[in-house]
Amino acid sequence: MKVKVIVTPKETVLDPQGAAVREAMHHLGFTGAREVRIGRYLEIELEGDLAGQEGKLRELCHDLLSNPVIEDYRLELPNETK
Amino acid sequence: MKFAVIQFPGSNCDQDCLAAVRGLNGIEADFVWHKETSLKGWDAIVLPGGFSYGDYLRCGAIARFSPIMRAVVADAEAGKLVIGICNGFQILCEAGLLPGALVRNRSLHFVCEMATTRVEAAESPFTRGMPIGTLLRLPVAHGEGCYYADETTLRELNERQQVLLRYCDAEGKITSAANPNGSVENIAGICNRARNVFGLMPHPDRACEERLGSKDGTRIFESMLRAVAGDDRAAA
Repeated sequence: MKVKVIVTPKETVLDPQGAAVREAMHHLGFTGAREVRIGRYLEIELEGDLAGQEGKLRELCHDLLSNPVIEDYRLELPNETK
Repeated sequence: MKFAVIQFPGSNCDQDCLAAVRGLNGIEADFVWHKETSLKGWDAIVLPGGFSYGDYLRCGAIARFSPIMRAVVADAEAGKLVIGICNGFQILCEAGLLPGALVRNRSLHFVCEMATTRVEAAESPFTRGMPIGTLLRLPVAHGEGCYYADETTLRELNERQQVLLRYCDAEGKITSAANPNGSVENIAGICNRARNVFGLMPHPDRACEERLGSKDGTRIFESMLRAVAGDDRAAA
């Protein structure tokens, strides 16, 4: 089973990478990009069921996969109705 | 007095740190591998610069969970002196021993140059004999050295005089032109509330001999030596 974690810089944190990419998009003629924010995307292949692992997974999202001082995260679980 | 220099996989200033402190009168130093679990017998801890775990995920994010870090946290809480330089600073922030975080330089460039920093706080074990306004010339070399903290944290840091060093120009003025990485309020180094944990992006370990362009880094290590020696005398 695959779960996804999306980590993004907090609104209050400057994202110079995103700004550079936005500039490049403008140079390429796409002026519609008002803001670009660059984050991180993780795919995690789980052994077995989600049951019993979700708590730990959320803990890891907070402690390891993101830094809550500068980043937000979203844990996406498969819509599973076994 | 004995310094422990922690070696993580990817540390690359461990040798510099060892050489810098061993060059000082009265300091012994040893490497301690990150898989170790105790720092008993060492009086001060150095987290050196480098690219621990290849900077994967975030700088310092994985090193922070190395076995030795439990001992670093416990000893820091017990009052032992801890200095984190560059990647070491990033690890201390990730570990929660220091507030805030270090993010990508505002310019997106890796900066590698001599910086001038200004001592900003009157009292700390890392800046003894360096009154406010003392200038230290220390090299910087990093891609993720832009210090960030939210407004509340920043206010607290200032109120409690936890900002020990700011980037400044040659005259000691805090200007944005003198800020190599876009750090908020030109912050180059901070300590914790208890003032025994210090993190800084500039490299005192690379400024310990005249032929390196500056000897100012030595003053920080000597300050730590004096702080520990003073505590010993008080205890005796």
